[in-house]
Amino acid sequence: MNESCTVESGRVCVEVSGLRKSFGTSEILKGIDFGIRCGEIFVIMGPSGSGKSVLLKHLIGLERPTAGSVRIDGHEIDSPELLSKYRIAMVFQSGALLSSLSVGENVGLYLREHRIHPPAEINRIVREKLAIVGLAGSEEKMPTELSGGMKKRVAIARALVMDPQLILYDEPTSELDPLISVTIGQEIVKMRERTHATSIVVTHDRDLGFGIADRIALISGGRILTLGTPDEVRACDNPEVRTFLNASYQPPEEADRT
Amino acid sequence: MFRDIGQLAILAWRTLRSLPLIFRHYRKLIDQLFEIGNASLLMSCILAVFIGGVLALQTGPVMVEQGLNSVVGAVVGLSVCKELAPVMIAVLIAGRIGSAMAAEIGSMAVYQEIDALRTMNINPIHYLVLPRVLAVCIALPCLVVFADLIGWVGGALVCMSNPKIGIPWQAYFNDLSKVVDTLDVLNGLIKSLLFAAIIGLVGCHQGLATIGGPRGIGRSVTKSVVNAIVLILITDYFITRLLLTLDL
Ligand SMILES: Nc1ncnc2c1ncn2[C@@H]1O[C@H](COP(=O)(O)OP(=O)(O)OP(=O)(O)O)[C@@H](O)[C@H]1O
Ligand SMILES: [Mg+2]
Repeated sequence: MNESCTVESGRVCVEVSGLRKSFGTSEILKGIDFGIRCGEIFVIMGPSGSGKSVLLKHLIGLERPTAGSVRIDGHEIDSPELLSKYRIAMVFQSGALLSSLSVGENVGLYLREHRIHPPAEINRIVREKLAIVGLAGSEEKMPTELSGGMKKRVAIARALVMDPQLILYDEPTSELDPLISVTIGQEIVKMRERTHATSIVVTHDRDLGFGIADRIALISGGRILTLGTPDEVRACDNPEVRTFLNASYQPPEEADRT
Repeated sequence: MFRDIGQLAILAWRTLRSLPLIFRHYRKLIDQLFEIGNASLLMSCILAVFIGGVLALQTGPVMVEQGLNSVVGAVVGLSVCKELAPVMIAVLIAGRIGSAMAAEIGSMAVYQEIDALRTMNINPIHYLVLPRVLAVCIALPCLVVFADLIGWVGGALVCMSNPKIGIPWQAYFNDLSKVVDTLDVLNGLIKSLLFAAIIGLVGCHQGLATIGGPRGIGRSVTKSVVNAIVLILITDYFITRLLLTLDL
């Protein structure tokens, strides 16, 4: 693990301090503080409805915090040029594919719109990334023709195409079978090795979380219960943490309910 | 309502500012144009025949009774190209295209597709709004040209065939062409350009502002049509005043 944020190309660190968010009168995030080191795989776990997706949206500037701040490499997240300066990708919980575009067009969208490569090269990259998520040859399909898990995999391919420096996954494996889940988990690790990207993974999948994480944060009720390496979290004796970790071993319906 | 207008003005300004980028998005523009033409050309023509027809029917018998046979062509010709074709076609397009824009962009907003665009650093205004607004601005004046011609023909057909009017085709168009000149047609086209901008901007704005699931989409669609029509009619009055003072 990297101890400090040495400046190295492709590496981005994230700092969240005093983050609060209210929707109307209900406060969803009640003061979140953590720092994510460059090139780290940071896993966020927590019960459904605890505000994980909302937190993730703050990290990419889709939501404005009520109080507190999010900094990427020292820059405020809401500064307009941040997204042009850093490549930050997000895999949405629902996939969020553009339903009017085919799978191939969705995956290649970023490269095409920013004119990063000529069309032939884009097609090659699209094929390559789709193959990684096990969807080789489905470029021509429309999102409506895909199952939930396939959409999620296309969304992951779309994020990989950006060659991101920071990549946020919202439950990347929640609709996938164990085999493809493992592949996706391996890809998250490989991606870090290949590009030194910083990854933030929100998941309910205990195996995935403990398998790939450098550090894990457990969130509940808008606060961080515990934060540490997988071993530290396993050893944590906070009763709420224990119930959550044990509960996720319970019958599969429990874990699948996302 | 006032907040809507404020946001609309901001959207208009941002769209205008992004105009030079259209060359990057010209494929989307072509697609949109095709869609609008496909969806509305036939409808506009049918609408226009009946607008011209009913005008002739309302004015013709009275004027002929007063011995003003030569005025019918002029009245129908002027009303169609300066007022009725631009406004009615705009209302039709607001219902046909403005609503579709609000629905499409609205569902993109609800299903986080717009958020996804933002995370890819793709500006939704460049990617979605610009091609759509520009497409209506091009398509609506073209449709109005068709509607003018067909509206005049509709008037002529009624004048010819209605026994109480009985003005022959040739005479009708003679009277019409004596009064109606290119400037009058241009006058209507300028109006329709403005209406087109209203339709496109209102549709896109309502779409982008959609919140709260499928019901929110329905709300946006309704609002886009109603707001566009109201704005069109209000603008129509003021632009007519303006064009009158400019003597166009
Ligand atoms: N736009 C919004 N307006 C109002 N409330 C919201 C909004 N978005 C989220 N919430 C509320 O915030 C809470 C946390 O939602 P969030 O989607 O972050 O949960 P989550 O931890 O991702 O759950 P899951 O594991 O089921 O995905 C929920 O109670 C939800 O009702
Ligand atoms: Mg979630």
